Amino acid sequence: MPVYNEKVMDHFMSPRNVGEIENADGVGEVGNPVCGDMMTFYIKVDNNHISDVKYKTFGCGAAIAVSSMVSEMAKGKTLEEAKKITPALVAKQLEGLPKNKYHCSNLGAQALNKAIDNYLKKQGKEGKSKKRGKK
Amino acid sequence: MREVYLDYVATTPLLPEVLEAMLPYFRDAYGNVQSLHNWGDKAREAVEEARVKVADLIGGEAEDIIFTASGTESNNFAVKGLAMAQQSRGKHIVVSAIEHFSVLHSAKTLEKWGFELTEVPVDKHGIVDPDKVARSLRKDTILVSIMQANNEVGTIEPIKEIAGVVKPSGAIFHTDAVATAGTIPVDVRELGVDALSLAGNQFYGPKGAGALWLKKGVRIIPFLDGGVQEGGRRAGTEDVPAIVGLGKAAEMAKAEMGTRAKRCSALRDKLIAGLPKRIEHVIVTGHPTQRLPGNASFCVEFIEGEAMLMLLNSQGIAVSSGSACTSRALKASHVLIAMGIPHEIAQGSLLFSFGLDSTGGDVDYVLETMPPIVDRLRQMSPLYAKFLKKQKGGKK
Repeated sequence: MPVYNEKVMDHFMSPRNVGEIENADGVGEVGNPVCGDMMTFYIKVDNNHISDVKYKTFGCGAAIAVSSMVSEMAKGKTLEEAKKITPALVAKQLEGLPKNKYHCSNLGAQALNKAIDNYLKKQGKEGKSKKRGKK
Repeated sequence: MREVYLDYVATTPLLPEVLEAMLPYFRDAYGNVQSLHNWGDKAREAVEEARVKVADLIGGEAEDIIFTASGTESNNFAVKGLAMAQQSRGKHIVVSAIEHFSVLHSAKTLEKWGFELTEVPVDKHGIVDPDKVARSLRKDTILVSIMQANNEVGTIEPIKEIAGVVKPSGAIFHTDAVATAGTIPVDVRELGVDALSLAGNQFYGPKGAGALWLKKGVRIIPFLDGGVQEGGRRAGTEDVPAIVGLGKAAEMAKAEMGTRAKRCSALRDKLIAGLPKRIEHVIVTGHPTQRLPGNASFCVEFIEGEAMLMLLNSQGIAVSSGSACTSRALKASHVLIAMGIPHEIAQGSLLFSFGLDSTGGDVDYVLETMPPIVDRLRQMSPLYAKFLKKQKGGKK
């Protein structure tokens, strides 16, 4: 069993913001159960800010702690700021992750990014369809 | 908080009697077995006495026991040493797909050294079919190594039947009995094997004490070169306290085997019957009847083993898992995969193993502690959410 530090254990034992957002503005899913970890992030966007963020995670202690930390880091940030959250930054906020967990379980930032992209894509489409409508 | 150790498969505690037997050989009788004086004599006598006890445990002769420093060493020694000694007759070796890594990785090393390797598959219960072993044999097959029981799922293999098909081919047959020796009856003559590995820390002996039984006349290349210890087959100053401890543990295991197994299998059966009743979507892995007394292994669907293990640990319960996340290599258990269990289900592997200090109260505690832990992890699992949605959709 890998030795997790206190901060990681705290986020694993009491994960923040767990759940789903119905009618989320953006959804991002990464990983797959075959490699051990899978995360789905849901975001609500108001005025270019992430007003709410929730997630569901299948995976080890690190994967759960990472999801929890990412959700805390993202909440309230602008989309541009939130896109700057990297796996390295998440690991730093968690005060370190075991070496062998660094890559496989540190998917939270990627999932959040995907959720933001999903939101932007939807926005873009809506924008385009509006334009088309004007024609 | 209640503390419940249910990880006897990882290692067993040292029995007080075993420790007592070992202590004099740390303190006073510290001589080197090879020395030709009283100190040496005392150590030598102790080692030879232990050799008899270990041989008695497996129905062998004392002179055919080679002491090693672990089950892993015994397996490395057997697989590599036997193959190297037989290579003039051929270069093909056969192992099962669910061997312990100390056999499997030794076999893969031999492959790198120019040997050819066949891995015999297992069925969904982890059983090796003797017919499949027979079909894997070739003219140039020199070594077959199949474990007597699998440590992860507890399945006991038909070693006698497998030996029956290997013998006519002339190949050497080794069995890894680390999970069985000291736990269930093992008799090398009855099994018909040529070599057998065992380890003391699986039956309340010390860590760092193992043995390889090798049938008279079977050639092996020494694993450690050096002095004349262990008949020149395993050099290095004998670890007298460890060997004495192994002997004492073997003696006690032989005497108490029946009662120990009866107690453990009752606890095992209670958990195997109880857990799937308390929690939905739990799969019992391994064979329903051909099973080690203390082994209760499961896969809990939609969640991951390490997370379960950590939450159980926070409630004082110590167990193992074969999930990718609990392995250093981050690969799901090769045993579960070989049994045809899908990766995402193998991720939810959980192994409870019972031993001398286990009680019915421990099982009750597990049955009470597990459901909220599983529920908690399922509530946050995207796989479970998908499953529920699918189920709802299906009902419409």
